[in-house]
Amino acid sequence: MERVKTQIEDIERSIYDIKDTGHRSYQVEKGLTEEIVREISEGKNEPRWMLDLRLASLETFRRLAMPDWGPSLDELDMDQIVTYVRPDAKMSDDWKTLPDDIRGTFDRLGISKAEQEALSGVGAQYDSEVVYHSVKKYLERQGVIYTDMDTAVQEYEEVVKQHFMKLLPPGDHKFMALHGAVWSGGSFVYVPAGVEVDMPLQSYFRLNAPGAGQFEHTLIICEPGSKVHFIEGCSAPRYNVLNLHAGGVELYVREGASLRYSTIENWSKNMLNLNSKRAKVEKNGTIEWVSGTFGSHITMLYPTSILSGEGARSEYTGVSFAGEGQFLDTGTKVVHAAPRTSSTISSKSISKNGGNATYRSAVVINPNAADSKCSVVCESLMMDNQSRSDTVPVMDVRNDTVDIGHEAKIGRISEESIFYLMSRGLSEEEAKALIVRGFVEPVTKELPMEYAVEMNRLVGLELEGTIG
Amino acid sequence: MIKGLDLTINSGETHVIMGPNGAGKSTLANVIMGHPDYHMKTGSIEFETEEISEMATDERARKGIFMSFQTPEEVDGITVSDFLKTSKTAVSAQRVPLLAFRKELADKMKLLKFDPAYARRYLNVGFSGGEKKKNEILQMLVLDPKLAILDETDSGLDVDAVKIVTEGVGHFKNDHNSLLIISHSTKLLDEMHVDYVHVLVAGKIVCTGGRELIDRINRSGFSEFAPDAKS
Repeated sequence: MERVKTQIEDIERSIYDIKDTGHRSYQVEKGLTEEIVREISEGKNEPRWMLDLRLASLETFRRLAMPDWGPSLDELDMDQIVTYVRPDAKMSDDWKTLPDDIRGTFDRLGISKAEQEALSGVGAQYDSEVVYHSVKKYLERQGVIYTDMDTAVQEYEEVVKQHFMKLLPPGDHKFMALHGAVWSGGSFVYVPAGVEVDMPLQSYFRLNAPGAGQFEHTLIICEPGSKVHFIEGCSAPRYNVLNLHAGGVELYVREGASLRYSTIENWSKNMLNLNSKRAKVEKNGTIEWVSGTFGSHITMLYPTSILSGEGARSEYTGVSFAGEGQFLDTGTKVVHAAPRTSSTISSKSISKNGGNATYRSAVVINPNAADSKCSVVCESLMMDNQSRSDTVPVMDVRNDTVDIGHEAKIGRISEESIFYLMSRGLSEEEAKALIVRGFVEPVTKELPMEYAVEMNRLVGLELEGTIG
Repeated sequence: MIKGLDLTINSGETHVIMGPNGAGKSTLANVIMGHPDYHMKTGSIEFETEEISEMATDERARKGIFMSFQTPEEVDGITVSDFLKTSKTAVSAQRVPLLAFRKELADKMKLLKFDPAYARRYLNVGFSGGEKKKNEILQMLVLDPKLAILDETDSGLDVDAVKIVTEGVGHFKNDHNSLLIISHSTKLLDEMHVDYVHVLVAGKIVCTGGRELIDRINRSGFSEFAPDAKS
C-alpha cells in the first residue's frame, strides 16, 4: 500500500499579493547617494538637524561592514534599491479621500474594519509615506498624540529631537545607519502620564512598489504610569526583484508605564527584512513584545529591551514560520541594567519545505543587576527532513545573585500524533494544521481576537496530497 | 505480523481478541485503522461491503470505525472540546451546532464522571493514565462509531481503568453497533456481554468460542493454544 504523503505549501497569500499600479507621484533614483538623501529631506521640508543626522548616518553606512553572522545578505545590491517612493495621495484622516485602489488595499487587509471595531487609532503607510492617520477624539482630549513621524518632526520637533535615534544610534550596525539616512514615514505616539489607552493603536505598513525600500520610523513615548498596546502589521505583494525593509522602532517606557508592542509581519518572499527595535524601560515599567514573523525571504529581527530602572520587566513572545526559500533569524536581546529586573522569553519556530528558522537571543546581566530573574524557553518544530532549525542562545551574566532558567526543545512533527488525529476523522492536512496551531497557541492567545484569527489564518496551511 | 486471519463481525456483536504478548493483537487494531507503519501485502478488509484497505485512516474514521488507543497522544494547544467538535464535524460530515455540542459533551462527561474542567484542557496533556482512558471513552461516546476497536493490550490496566472502560462500553453498545475488544487480560471482560472470543497466536486465530473460552484462559493461560502445543 503506497502511502499518500503530504506537502505543505506556502501560506495562502492571495489577498496580500494584489498589486496596485501607478500610484507613484514621485520617486528617487535607484541606489544611495548624498543627493538622494538631501532630496528626501528637502521634500519633507525638514529642520537642519534632521538633515545633518541623515548625512552623518550615510557616512556611517558607508564606513560599516555588512554583518558577518546570521543569514547571508550577498543578494542585496543597494545600487538596485529605490529608497524613497511617494504615493500620489496626501495624508488624510478620511479613507474616502484616498485613491480607490489604495483604499481598497487597506480594506482587503481588514484595517478599516478593525478600526471601527477594535482600535483606538490607525495609521496606514503606503510605500514611503503615511496616507492615513486617525485617533479617537476622546484620546486626543486626554493629550494622547498619535500621528505620522514626518508630521511629528514638524509639530513636536523638540520632543522628537530629544529621542530620535537615541536608542538606535546609527553606528550600531549598517542597517541602522541606512535607516538613519533614508528613513521616511512611520508613527509617533505620545501617551501622557497616567493615561491608559483602552483599545490598541495600529500602524500598517504596505510596500507596493517593486525594488523599493521601506524605512519607517516608529517612536513611542509612554510617560509614567501610562499604558498602551501598539500593533504593527506589514505586507507587500510579491515581485521578482528584492525589496528591502529596514525600519526602526524606539520605545521609551517611563516609570510604572506599560507598553505592549505586537507585530504581525507577512512580507512577500522577495523581501529582506532587517528591522531594528529597542525599548528602554525605567523603574517598574513593563515592555511586552509579541512578534509573529511569517513572510520575507530573509529576516533578521531581535527586539531589544534595556531594563534601566529597578524592577523593570520585559516579556518576549515570538513565533516564526519559515517555508521554502526563507531564512528567518529571529529572537530577542535583553539587557538587565538595574536591580530586581526580570525578563521572560518564549519563542516558537516552525520550518517546512527546506525553510530555516533560527532562534537567536542574548541576555546580558550587568554587575549592578542584583536579584534579577530571566527565563528562556525556545521550541522548534520541523515539518520535514529538508527543513532546518537552529538555536543560538547567549547569556552573559555578571552578577551571582540572579535566577536564570533556560529550556530549549527541537523536534519533528510526530507521525503518531498525526495518526491519532486522523483516526478521529481529520484529514492529514487538518491534523498537521491543528498540531501547528496548537504549537503556536501560546502566542495567538496573547493577541487581540482579530489578530489571533489573522494569525490562525496565516498558519492555516494550504496542503496538497501527492503520491510519494 | 498477521497471517491468514479471518474475522467477521456482524452489527450488534461484541468480539474479543485475546492472545499472548507478540501475537499480533495491536497489529490487528492498527491494520484495521490504517496506521501508515503497517503494510498489508495480501488480503482485504471489508467494512459494510466496502473494501477499505486502501483508504486513509481519516476516511475509515468517517466510515464509522473508531479505535481507542492504549497510549493516546498528547497534543498541545488544542482543547478537548475544540478537538472533539472538529472531529465530530469531520465524522458526521455536517455542521455541529456549538450549543448542542456543548450540551452533549457535558452530558457524556457527566455519564463518565469526568470533571467538566477537562473539556477546556489541552488534549491529553498532563492527563493521568486513567484520565487519558476516560478521554478515549468520551470520544467514543461523542463520535458514536459503527465499529469501536478498544485496544487494551496493556496488561497494566488498573482497577479504575477497567471500570471506566466497562461503564463506557455499557453506555455505547446497542444492537446496531459493534465492538472489537483486544485484550491481554480477562479482568476487563468480567462485567461485559461478549458474543465471541478469539484466541490469536502468532498472527493466526487458533480458536474461536464463547465466554467459556475466557474461563479456560484464566485457568491455564495461552500455552495450550500455541500452534505447536500438544494438548
